[in-house]
Amino acid sequence: MTVPADTRPMVEARAVHKAYGRLEVLKGIDITVGRGEVLCLIGPSGSGKSTFLRCINHLEKIDGGELCVDGELVGYREVGNRLHELKDREVCAKRAEIGMVFQRFNLFPHMSVLDNVTSGPVWVRRAASGASRERARDLLARVGLADKVDSYPNQLSGGQQQRVAIARALAMDPKLMLFDEPTSALDPELVGDVLDVMRDLANEGMTMIVVTHEMGFAREVGDTVVFMDGGVVVEQGDPTQVLTDPQHERTRSFLAKVL
Amino acid sequence: MTIVPVRHPWRWVASVVILVLLAMLVNSLLFSHVVRGGVREGRFQWGVVGHYLFVAPVLRGITVTLELTVIAMVAGVLIGILLAVMRLSPSRLLSGAAWVYIWFFRGTPVLVQLFFWYLGIAYLYQHLTLGVPFGPALLTFNSNTLITTFVAGALGLSFNEGAYMAEIVRAGIISVDEGQSEAAASLGMSKRQMLRRIILPQAMRVIIPPTGNETISMLKTTSLVSTIAVVDLFQATQSIASTTYQVVPLLMVASLWYLFFTSIMTIGQYYVERYYARGSARQLPPTPLQRLRQALRRQPAVPVPTLASAVPIHHEGVM
Repeated sequence: MTVPADTRPMVEARAVHKAYGRLEVLKGIDITVGRGEVLCLIGPSGSGKSTFLRCINHLEKIDGGELCVDGELVGYREVGNRLHELKDREVCAKRAEIGMVFQRFNLFPHMSVLDNVTSGPVWVRRAASGASRERARDLLARVGLADKVDSYPNQLSGGQQQRVAIARALAMDPKLMLFDEPTSALDPELVGDVLDVMRDLANEGMTMIVVTHEMGFAREVGDTVVFMDGGVVVEQGDPTQVLTDPQHERTRSFLAKVL
Repeated sequence: MTIVPVRHPWRWVASVVILVLLAMLVNSLLFSHVVRGGVREGRFQWGVVGHYLFVAPVLRGITVTLELTVIAMVAGVLIGILLAVMRLSPSRLLSGAAWVYIWFFRGTPVLVQLFFWYLGIAYLYQHLTLGVPFGPALLTFNSNTLITTFVAGALGLSFNEGAYMAEIVRAGIISVDEGQSEAAASLGMSKRQMLRRIILPQAMRVIIPPTGNETISMLKTTSLVSTIAVVDLFQATQSIASTTYQVVPLLMVASLWYLFFTSIMTIGQYYVERYYARGSARQLPPTPLQRLRQALRRQPAVPVPTLASAVPIHHEGVM
C-alpha cells in the first residue's frame, strides 16, 4: 500500500552513515522531518550536523543507510532491487527543489543582488528573465531589502547578505529549506533580522532543517530539536522538553555550556 | 604653529642624477651626429627610421605578427581552459593527460617546437589523414601543402601557449572560494553552468593580469617565426636591412612597432582588469581619463572668496 503523497514525510533518514576515509562522521542517523515541520539540529562542532545537512541535497554522498527526500532516494534510483546512481543532470534537478543557506552566505560577488536572486530561475529553470526579476524584487522586498536590488554583495552587511541568500534560495520555490548555521558568521545585532525572516518562513509552512546555535530560535520556532554528538543522534523531541529537561548527560553538559 | 614637512635630500640628489641622464639621452637621440663612411649624419638616422616605418612590407609584416598573436592567444586560452579543467578532473587519466601535455610543451623550447611543426611533421607524417582511427580514411592531405610556414608558426605558438595558460587558468579556478560552487550546486546548476557563470568570471580577476603579460610576451615571441621563414614584422625589417644594409634603423623600426602595440595592450589590460574587479572592490578608482576630466572640470572654477578663505592656511604661504 502506498502512502498518500501529502502525508509522506519530507525527509526520512534511516541509519545514514558517512565517513571521510577512516573518519566516521555520521554513525547511523535516524531522523524524520514531516511536511511543514521545522527541525533544529543542535550540537557541538564536529558532531556531524552540517555533514548530515549536506547529505540531504547530495553535496555529500552517504556511505550507508537510506536517505529519502519527498519519498525519493537521494542520489539513487531504485530499479528492481538495484540502486542506480543518478546522473549529474538528475542530481541537479533534485537539488533545484531544495534551498540551502550557508554559514558564509556564498553570494556570487560578481553579480548584483538582483542577479544573484534570479540566477537560479533564469539559468537552471530557464524562466523568462522579466518575470524572474519581478519575482526577485518581491522576494527581496519580503526580506526587507527592496532598496538593495542593484547593490553588489560586498556593499551589504553580513545580515543583509544572508537575507539575500535566503531570497536567492526561495526564488527556486523549494519544497525544503536547509540552513547551515545561518547566523553564526553574523555580528550579534544583525542576527535578529535573519531570524525574523526565517520565522516568517516557518509560519508560512515551509519545511525547514536548521543547524543552529540559536537556542532561543530553536525553542520558539522549532517543532523538533535534535541533539547530535559524535555522529549520532543523542536525543530528539519537543524543543521545550529537550532544551529545558534533557534526558541525556551529554545534552545536559552541552546545553550548560551554550545557554 | 607652522608645520615643517620632512625633507628628503637624497630624493633631490636622485632626481638631479636622473634629469642629467635624461638630458644626455635626449641629446644623443636627437642632436648628436657621427661620421659613417665619410658622411656626417645624425647618430640615430631618424629620417631613415621614419621612411621605413610605414613601407608596405613592414605593414604586411605587422599584419602577420598581429594575426599570429591573436591566433596563438585565443587558441592558447581555449587549450588552457580545457587543460585546466582536465587537470582538476577527478579522473586520473584526464588529469594525467593534461599533466603530460603541460610537461612536454613547457619542457621544450618554443623555438624547437616551431622547427618541429615546420620540418618535423612533414618528415614524420608525409600525409595527414582524416578518418576512422585504425579504419578507413575519409580525407588525406599532403603535409607539405597543409602545414605552411604560417600554419606551422601558429600551431607551434598556440600549443606552447596552451601549456602556460593551463597553469594560469588552473590557478584562477583554484582561487575561487569553494563555497561558490556549493552555492551554485545547491541552486541546481550543472557543472558547466557553474564553471561558465560562477567560477570563471571570478577566476578572471586572477587570470587576467598574467594573461595580459602572456599576450604582451606573445607579441614579441612571434618574432621567433622569422626563423621558419614566416615574414612577420621582424623578418620584414630584416629582409629590408639585408638589401639596404641599414640594419640598426630597421631594428629601431621593428622596436618602435613592438613598443606601440605592447603599449596599446597595456592600456587594454587596465580596462579589462577593471571590468573583472566588479564586486571585489567596493568602489573602483577612477581611470586616468576620468581623472583627467575631473581635473579639467575643477581647473576653470575660479575660487570664490568665502569666509573660509579668510582663515590662513599654512601650506599656501609656502612659495
